[in-house]
Amino acid sequence: MSILEVQKLTLRFGGLTAVSNLSFELEENTIMSLIGPNGAGKTSAFNCLTGFYKGSEGEILFKGQSIFRQKPHKITKLGMARTFQNLRLFKDMTVLENVMSGMHSRTKAGVFGAILRLPSQVHEEQRIRQVSKECLDFVGILDKESRLARNLAYGDQRRVEWARALATQPQLLLLDEPAAGLNQDEKEQLVGLIRRIRKDLGITVLLIEHDMGLVMKVSEKIVVIDYGQKIAEGTAEEVKNNPRVIEAYLGKEDEE
Amino acid sequence: MGNSVGGIDRFRKILGDRKTQGAALAVLIIFVILLPLVANNYIEEVATNTLFYIVLALGLNIVVGYAGLVDLGYAAFFAVGAYTTGILMHYGWNFWLTIPMAVLFSVIAGVIIGGPTLRLRSDYLAIVTLGFGEITRITARNLKITGGASGLVGIQRPSIFGHILNQITDFYYLFFILVILAVLVAMRLHNSRLGRAWQYIREDEDAAEAMGIDPVKTKLYAYMIGAAFGGIAGAFFAVKMTAISPETFAFTQSAMILLAVILGGMGKIPGAILGAVFLVLFPEIFRGIGQTRMLFFGIMLVIIMVFRPQGLWPERKG
Ligand SMILES: Nc1ncnc2c1ncn2[C@@H]1O[C@H](COP(=O)(O)OP(=O)(O)OP(=O)(O)O)[C@@H](O)[C@H]1O
Ligand SMILES: [Mg+2]
Repeated sequence: MSILEVQKLTLRFGGLTAVSNLSFELEENTIMSLIGPNGAGKTSAFNCLTGFYKGSEGEILFKGQSIFRQKPHKITKLGMARTFQNLRLFKDMTVLENVMSGMHSRTKAGVFGAILRLPSQVHEEQRIRQVSKECLDFVGILDKESRLARNLAYGDQRRVEWARALATQPQLLLLDEPAAGLNQDEKEQLVGLIRRIRKDLGITVLLIEHDMGLVMKVSEKIVVIDYGQKIAEGTAEEVKNNPRVIEAYLGKEDEE
Repeated sequence: MGNSVGGIDRFRKILGDRKTQGAALAVLIIFVILLPLVANNYIEEVATNTLFYIVLALGLNIVVGYAGLVDLGYAAFFAVGAYTTGILMHYGWNFWLTIPMAVLFSVIAGVIIGGPTLRLRSDYLAIVTLGFGEITRITARNLKITGGASGLVGIQRPSIFGHILNQITDFYYLFFILVILAVLVAMRLHNSRLGRAWQYIREDEDAAEAMGIDPVKTKLYAYMIGAAFGGIAGAFFAVKMTAISPETFAFTQSAMILLAVILGGMGKIPGAILGAVFLVLFPEIFRGIGQTRMLFFGIMLVIIMVFRPQGLWPERKG
């Protein structure tokens, strides 16, 4: 069954069409990549999926339910989490507090719970910490839980973002260029992590990535877009040898 | 100046230790409790006024400090609370029963102002809240039920266990209890799921929303809680003063409370308290030099903001 169906999605900014008539399906429990040259519209497509941009036309079904032009927090609650291309951590909060934000949509203590310190609220706080620590452990930085996010090395800040997204307990995880800025060692670990996210947590993964080695290694399916349009779709092998993809990445001869 | 600010930091460092913190707090509380035994009426009056502004500053701190929202019309909530109590007591209500109503109406006012405006950018929010504050004051001026320009007079003094609260010392202790409750509520809110949500939104609204936090709802809660603080303070204000008039809730009142929060260092409870204390005490201490004291007061504020833009007692960043 497909967990995500994108149908003829179009996003326009004034005269610019950032995403054009884009359709694809994502099978549950797979790892898929969305690739394309710089400015192809990958992040814009992500933003439409997660509600940060309101698509101009089309339809997006998540678990069979329309999330087209929905609010981001509602989409998160439905079970879709994301990370940002440029790190968007809560820099002046601790690593643990950052990850605890992910549990917000899975918990419900309100004003009175907080003021009266009801047992249910105390219990819920414990659960938030527990789950958040598990997520930190999963990405391998539990030892840094009480550091301020801004004081971590770049690679570790990336991990905080992944842990934070995992803490929303998603069924689908969207990663926007998770390998950007990581060294070779960290990239190897990322491959392992993405596989564990799918295998151990049963989460479907959709990622945008420029590192082709990583994309080819980890994805079961690849969608290639250029100028907002889908130009190819298939396995790593199929995509690699597709003339349109080669053309998009290397540029047309007569253009150079 | 730089020296005295350095002094605050040194003091804060000494207080860093939990034990010293507890001891200092105990000394402070004992001092506040014993003060009426040695103070004259004037000092008690000023001290009561200070406690009152602390409650207001703690309330506005939730809006401005915790949620990072602008509010230039906070006196409006304080007005709604005061008038609600004043009017209901005029119709024979018991003071204590008017408090829930004062809270209810001020929270409704908070929703009315917050609901449609919280989607606005902060500079627009500043203008809208400023306007709301003025509208509230002008409405009070023109309604019959609020007593028009002369306001409400002859509000009765409340009683507790048969004891009528009519001495300044009564109100001093009453407001001290309010301060303690306000601190407790503010602290608990700060360390809660909601408190963290405010902080996430303040740091990065998009990221917070990606984590499933509804920014509009979360900010509205801050407005409603801030309004409730203002409403309660207003209710007590009405019975302490026994008379309220629209001019009590003028823009300068809102500005003063906001100043206390900013001056103290937004987001921190000791900051809001310190800010309120400074704002009430400074003009009183220099009462001797007449109107020029306001000039010095202004200069002093500018200097503090230049040398310490983060406030007197800012949030500590590890
Ligand atoms: N908010 C916006 N307003 C106007 N134009 C935008 C906006 N966001 C993106 N665009 C434009 O849409 C196009 C696609 O941008 P997008 O960021 O989606 O590309 P991308 O594939 O993610 O590129 P990269 O690999 O560099 O991250 C670009 O031309 C970009 O300038
Ligand atoms: Mg991008």
